[in-house]
Amino acid sequence: MNARRQPYDGIVVAAPVTVPYRRYSTNTAHWWVGRAVREVIQRAGLRSADIDGLSLSSFTVGPDTAIGLTQHLGLSPRWLDHVPLGGASGVVALRRAARAVQCGDAEFVVCVAGDTNQVDSFRRMLSTFSRFAQDAVYPYGSGGPNASFALITRNYMKHYGATREDFGRICVAQRDNALKFPHALMKRRLTLDEYLSARSISDPIHLFDCVMPCAGAEAFLVCREDAAKSQGIPAARLLATIERHNAFPEDPIQYRGGWVMDVAELYAMAGVAADDVDFVQTYDDYPVICMMQIEDLGFCAKGEGPDFIRSHTLTADGSFPHNTSGGQLSVGQAGAAGGFLGLVEAVRQVTGSALGTQVPDATVGLVSGFGMITYDRGLASGAALLAGGHP
Amino acid sequence: MTKPLVRPRRKDPLKKTRVPLLPQGTRSRTALGLTAAAAEGRFQLQVCSECGTVVYPPRDACPRCLSARLPFQDVANGGTLLAETTIHTSTDVYFRERMPWRIGTVALDAGPSIVAHLHGDVREGERVRLQLKLDKSGQAIAIALPADDTPNMADDPQWRELTCDPKYRRVLITDGRTAVGQALAQAMSEAGAGIVFVGVADPWKPFAGEDRLRQIERVEIVALDLTDTISVNECAGEFAPRVDILVNNAEYVRTGGLLERKGLTVAREELEMRYFGLTRLAQAFGPVLRARGADGVNSAAAFVNLLSVYALVNWPAYGAFSATEAACLSAAQSLRAELRPGGVKVLNAFFGPLETEWYQAVPPPKVAPAALARAVVGALQQGLEDVFVGDIAQDIRARLAVNPKALERELGS
Amino acid sequence: MAAADLMAFAGSIAAGDIEVVDLTHTLTPEFPTIVMPPELGQCAPFRMEEVSRYDERGPAWYWNNISMGEHTGTHFDAPVHWISGKDLPNASVDTIPPANFIAPAVVIDISAQSAANPDYELSVADVEAWEKRHGRIPPRSWVLLRTDWHKRSGREYVNMREDGQHSPGPCPEVVRFLVEERDVHGLGTETIGTDAGQAFHFNPPYPAHYYMHGTGRYGLQCLANLDLLPPTGAVIVAAPLKIRRGSGSPLRVLALVPRGGRRA
Repeated sequence: MNARRQPYDGIVVAAPVTVPYRRYSTNTAHWWVGRAVREVIQRAGLRSADIDGLSLSSFTVGPDTAIGLTQHLGLSPRWLDHVPLGGASGVVALRRAARAVQCGDAEFVVCVAGDTNQVDSFRRMLSTFSRFAQDAVYPYGSGGPNASFALITRNYMKHYGATREDFGRICVAQRDNALKFPHALMKRRLTLDEYLSARSISDPIHLFDCVMPCAGAEAFLVCREDAAKSQGIPAARLLATIERHNAFPEDPIQYRGGWVMDVAELYAMAGVAADDVDFVQTYDDYPVICMMQIEDLGFCAKGEGPDFIRSHTLTADGSFPHNTSGGQLSVGQAGAAGGFLGLVEAVRQVTGSALGTQVPDATVGLVSGFGMITYDRGLASGAALLAGGHP
Repeated sequence: MTKPLVRPRRKDPLKKTRVPLLPQGTRSRTALGLTAAAAEGRFQLQVCSECGTVVYPPRDACPRCLSARLPFQDVANGGTLLAETTIHTSTDVYFRERMPWRIGTVALDAGPSIVAHLHGDVREGERVRLQLKLDKSGQAIAIALPADDTPNMADDPQWRELTCDPKYRRVLITDGRTAVGQALAQAMSEAGAGIVFVGVADPWKPFAGEDRLRQIERVEIVALDLTDTISVNECAGEFAPRVDILVNNAEYVRTGGLLERKGLTVAREELEMRYFGLTRLAQAFGPVLRARGADGVNSAAAFVNLLSVYALVNWPAYGAFSATEAACLSAAQSLRAELRPGGVKVLNAFFGPLETEWYQAVPPPKVAPAALARAVVGALQQGLEDVFVGDIAQDIRARLAVNPKALERELGS
Repeated sequence: MAAADLMAFAGSIAAGDIEVVDLTHTLTPEFPTIVMPPELGQCAPFRMEEVSRYDERGPAWYWNNISMGEHTGTHFDAPVHWISGKDLPNASVDTIPPANFIAPAVVIDISAQSAANPDYELSVADVEAWEKRHGRIPPRSWVLLRTDWHKRSGREYVNMREDGQHSPGPCPEVVRFLVEERDVHGLGTETIGTDAGQAFHFNPPYPAHYYMHGTGRYGLQCLANLDLLPPTGAVIVAAPLKIRRGSGSPLRVLALVPRGGRRA
């Protein structure tokens, strides 16, 4: 454990914003990002001139990067970041912004993720996703990450005895959570039978194991606790974070993520244990990854994921509230905003302002990020512990 | 168990011909090292010169020691299949119409994990052999084969998509007057070709081996004079839609460099037969071949050029001949790019002196026509793009890779 | 007098009183050429490359580029073609006096003998027998050897075996006879070559070429339709292309024959 890591005293996350998702949108990513940024500023009672830090995550804002957005949106920040880490973007953007605010490099940092989705956006995004994907994945047929995660899922099932029913439980519970969440694009109840009998995408991955790409945006504000109080807005305290990329490259096939290397430090820095966590927002590109996060973030041992799922209820009002707004699997994946979705939901939960089902007495929440499968495994990972109320 | 291929029925003339589509064909420059290996049927990966790590996917710095020296080398191709998946849905138009399609993660004994296509006879958890093959877009992919050969292995649909197997395909051999042409007819017939059309020019001139040629099973003689545009066009007009593999074995070998021969009549005949003959075939047969690359079991699969290895480096004793062969090689490279949109492979078979009359004074080793024919069939069955037949050709290739200037001097002395 | 003759001549052709018999094979890529041993230079076959055909290469016109040898298809041999004539004056197609392109012809029929024996050699006795029936061969006449070989095609026409071509022609003696005793204009045949297929083995080799060209006389080969000509009375028009220092050329060979004088 790294004893020299500075705690995040006095750093908060506020003004959680979701721009309602749409399946397809003729608007650009710039439009979606602009709407999210505006709403964060308004919620926080600020003006554009007050925003001195900007962090952007987006797959479809090209040919622009974050710098183009400064002129586009009329901001003049003294701190700027572009975080292209997919599902880990939220946690990583938060980590960067927190230190900037903590050191006084910026006072009000808007972290935003937004993507548009046009009929050919997904396909075009994939074709330029990464060099390894171009050279060693897309020639093999899937046209996307489904086959890659199918291999990971298959391997995991073989080694640890997970069944499709186990994964189905995760998906069904998330759908239940989504039914109450106003921004979810999936609005029909999902039964385990429907999940099991849905058509195969790439064995053993079937239809309901896959997210639905859409257009949308998520954003939040990072600032000091006293600044949030001055603005009169509720805020979540940042307790601890971790980040790790390309962990365990020697594993022939991925069955664990970077969290394993740093999870002890996460809890130690936060001064809490896994038992203290009131809800978990995992990055749910595929249910097998949820199961891995639950294991790797200390809720059970490696390989005990299936048992854990079978012996807990994962709805917002259950014994292990998980992806309480429905996760990407039920809300939709708005590109990089999928990496912010869990964090934004966590902030709402610990500040008692859930839009859907409120987890009772939600005080400590865990957010996990994961993503960027360039070849055969997700490279990026991170996690953050947030708390509501007062220290 | 691979289901044996069934002889295809005659095509329904009312059905639209499927347009050839290609899998994703973009690769980084470094990854083209795999394409170079696959073109010749080698299994090569990058091996770090400093720490010996075997690396995949191809890249520009060693992930263990950060060395930039990562040359491609032959690597043992054994491994274990860790996990497999059968893809049923894809956004990729090429694969969409070839579903279901199996791929898997292979843990190579040499180190890295490789996501590969799977031959139908491989099973999760079992030992496999990996091969690099060129897919329809002409780029390298990995395919896992069972550790030992299985019955009807070549009939596996994924394998067949990656190769140009003559079995049940219709072959045109452009010149049946020569020993090589006759050996090719024999070899193609034995490889299970549906029909072997054999082109013969100047029917008024008898040629050795004619009787034997006519007796080979499934051989049909067609009029074809590669030096006559009208003849080539008429042959293509009648037969092009029924040709799946075209083998251009036109032969014109004469000794002498530029200075030894007086005048240009021999050079013109040489170019007519070899270079313009190839051009005529390309123009007359190319467009139809290209349109039929996805046309069922007996789809158009390959255009084969028989080329002297001296196309790559001039041998002054046969200097003018070498130059003509070089022109043909360059033309074949253009043709390769021009036929690629149809998923039709251009196979260049390089060979040194043959056991034929125009190499009479050349000492052995020389290539027997039957050996050349077998090598061409083998290369088609493996889906290769370049094959070097015989000791001389392989020797030339090896020397070219090390020091082309030295080879130029050696041949010129 | 000549002016009136000429007009009468033109009128006769127009009216059909004088028939024009085409003794020429159509130039096509399939027509066989003489084949030399592979180490020697070869006669180019006839080839056509379309330049345009009312298309993007030339919207309102159709034309071809053609290539061939001087001795491809129905063709004329000039004296300079053979070593024995190489130093003679006016011996190439561009210097032969144009009047020599029009001359009467006698047709000697050895078709029956040739059918029985493809290596049949025209002999002096054959000529003398012909003259008994048709009179002495006038000086400066073409001697056309009718063998009906033009009715053959492909393999039978060339009749190539392991030891070379087998087709009829004159023996050395009869060539000397026609040259020295009859002052003929030249020799015309239906086969590829004025000499017999096996004439390489004669003494001298290729006597028709040797003696005819050596004495400034001409050759016509790959003729057709000699069976339509009368034994005497035909006038041949055979004008080769005017190629600078040319040794011969493909050409249109026409026989002018009185009406009714054609054989069936």
